Amino acid sequence: MNTLAAWSAAEVRDRLASPHGLRLQTGPFSFAIRSPVREVADGLALHYRHHPVGEDPQASGFSDFHLAIGRPWGLRRFWRPQVEFRLDGQRPFEPLPGHQGYALLEWGLNWTISSHAHRFVILHAAVLARGDRALLMPAPSGSGKSTLCAALSLRGWRLLSDELALLDPVDGRLHGLARPVSLKNASIEAIRRFEPGAPIGPSVADTAKGRVAYLSPPADAVAQVRHPVRAAWVVLPRYQPGAPTEHRMLSRAEGFMELQRQTFNYDLHGLVAFKALGDAVAGCRVEALRYRDLDEAVAVCETLARPAGSA
Amino acid sequence: MRRSLLAQVLADPSRLVRLGPHEWDLLLRQARWSDLLPRLAELAPPQSTGPSVVPAAVRPHLEAARALQRAQREDVERELVLLDEVLRPIGAPVLLLKGAAYLLDHAPAALGRTLTDVDILVPREALSAVESALLLAGWHTSHPDPHDQRYYRRWMHELPPMVHGRRGTVLDVHHAILPLTSRLQSDTQALLDASNALPSRPLFRVPCREDQVLHGLTHLLVNEDLRHGLRDLSDADRMLRHLLDQDPQATRLLERARTLGLTAPLRQGWALAHELLDTPLPAPVRHALRARASAANPMGGAIEAVCHHAWRQALDTHHPSVAGAHCAAARALLFVRAHTLRLPLHLLVPHLSVKAWRRLVQPPS
Repeated sequence: MNTLAAWSAAEVRDRLASPHGLRLQTGPFSFAIRSPVREVADGLALHYRHHPVGEDPQASGFSDFHLAIGRPWGLRRFWRPQVEFRLDGQRPFEPLPGHQGYALLEWGLNWTISSHAHRFVILHAAVLARGDRALLMPAPSGSGKSTLCAALSLRGWRLLSDELALLDPVDGRLHGLARPVSLKNASIEAIRRFEPGAPIGPSVADTAKGRVAYLSPPADAVAQVRHPVRAAWVVLPRYQPGAPTEHRMLSRAEGFMELQRQTFNYDLHGLVAFKALGDAVAGCRVEALRYRDLDEAVAVCETLARPAGSA
Repeated sequence: MRRSLLAQVLADPSRLVRLGPHEWDLLLRQARWSDLLPRLAELAPPQSTGPSVVPAAVRPHLEAARALQRAQREDVERELVLLDEVLRPIGAPVLLLKGAAYLLDHAPAALGRTLTDVDILVPREALSAVESALLLAGWHTSHPDPHDQRYYRRWMHELPPMVHGRRGTVLDVHHAILPLTSRLQSDTQALLDASNALPSRPLFRVPCREDQVLHGLTHLLVNEDLRHGLRDLSDADRMLRHLLDQDPQATRLLERARTLGLTAPLRQGWALAHELLDTPLPAPVRHALRARASAANPMGGAIEAVCHHAWRQALDTHHPSVAGAHCAAARALLFVRAHTLRLPLHLLVPHLSVKAWRRLVQPPS
């Protein structure tokens, strides 16, 4: 299978505009994406270069989900145009200002997965791997999870996801997506300072979350995305400037409670989710991490990952 | 007239073993749109130890649908436990309707049946006590506007949907199966008399199987919201096949329809199910149903034919792969018709004017 990088920017735009759309594979899901919006084409071409794509423009085959980012009809089409997201023709959210097309695609992908992929127990958490063990960071928005996730992905941790942890209740492994990491407001500068050459895309201003930009996933993360891993560490991050970076061990019960709080489809799975989260955390070390500085936070995670017996 | 792939598969589930990846793609999308994915998951051949006929890429979608439906079923059962405590002191019977009835009765229409709310029917005299009890137990109305309240209470056959403050579940409390103002009237007491109590929770009753299908079809054909049209028709298809298995001349069903005055919806609905979903319609049954029609109203036959055509369009899935301009026109026609069936003109015009005014004046949510 080819990757998106094989196509020129013009070809990407053409595929997106074609009736079958552009077929993209991210982790376990295939998406057929249609859009005439320039920002969407540019964003995909930039951030999904290493992702596999469906070859034949004539063949429709099977896609898990059919998405479209379009311009809604009506007066707004001409005056301060908007963009809207549709999952197979249905529109779950209100349109957004026109320049936010790519961000809308990313939010749309998140929404689609968390609303439909109930084969998994889905958590609002970042997941990265070191070898065959995963670091799971469940946390509410604003805790600094995505920023820390971005930093770790730039320091040799394999990115599985910055937002959506996909836990398979059958075998207890976490499945990755290796999609771009979303950065908001001050995090964008923080990551640029942390890693000056980091592949961050253009910022989009005035979104509901403020300024938003995306960090491209590393090529090897995408290449290894079909290797799910079991969690070994659960870290609850909290960004707090002004307080010294510190971490303390928590009980597995506390870890479980946070995992449960951050599970999108807990109610749907019920007992299955209870067991899956319990099993996942049973083999984990659970830590609360309060950090003011990304280097310090990364160092703490490195300490955790060091084999037992070393300093 | 062409049927959607979804309708074809519902009519003949054995087709599933012959579908290619592109067809599965289309089928899943149509099913998801029409809330029939869980039913499709139940109709799909089960996974065996040998090579599965369901492609690997499709299986997670069916699994997800099964998980969703299991969760809904548990939610309903839990809801009934809580409603039992609240409503038992009133002493009036509570009749479950539609999805909740199918599930609790293990009816043929329970297979893969999704439901978003619980429909119950209580005798009219008990309505006030029921409403008070619900309010005390944390339920509140979903339509605080006085116009909506009047619409539901005085003219329709139900309280405005009630929502539980903490659980978020939605409860529709009916006191008749059809709007009070409707041209079709039906006998609530007859429904209650022929109902059966749930063995585990005797406060709750379910209509007899004949009444389940009659109510289902009647409700379908007066409803202006056809999002679940194909699902509801599929329910009727499953129930009718089951009833025919037990009673090949459908004698009991025909008799019951006559008693309740619901022969017309049975005739129209069965014809639609026969055409869209290949529901068997034995010749003697068809003749018996038609005989009632021509005796009633010769002009009605022409109107019925036009409506049948419109229904045929409007009941198939509305998925973009199928729906077209002609479908939208059919739905518009039926929307109008549904309203005229529910409200006489002198009430309908002011009602629709209020709704239209509201849409203009209120900012989009």
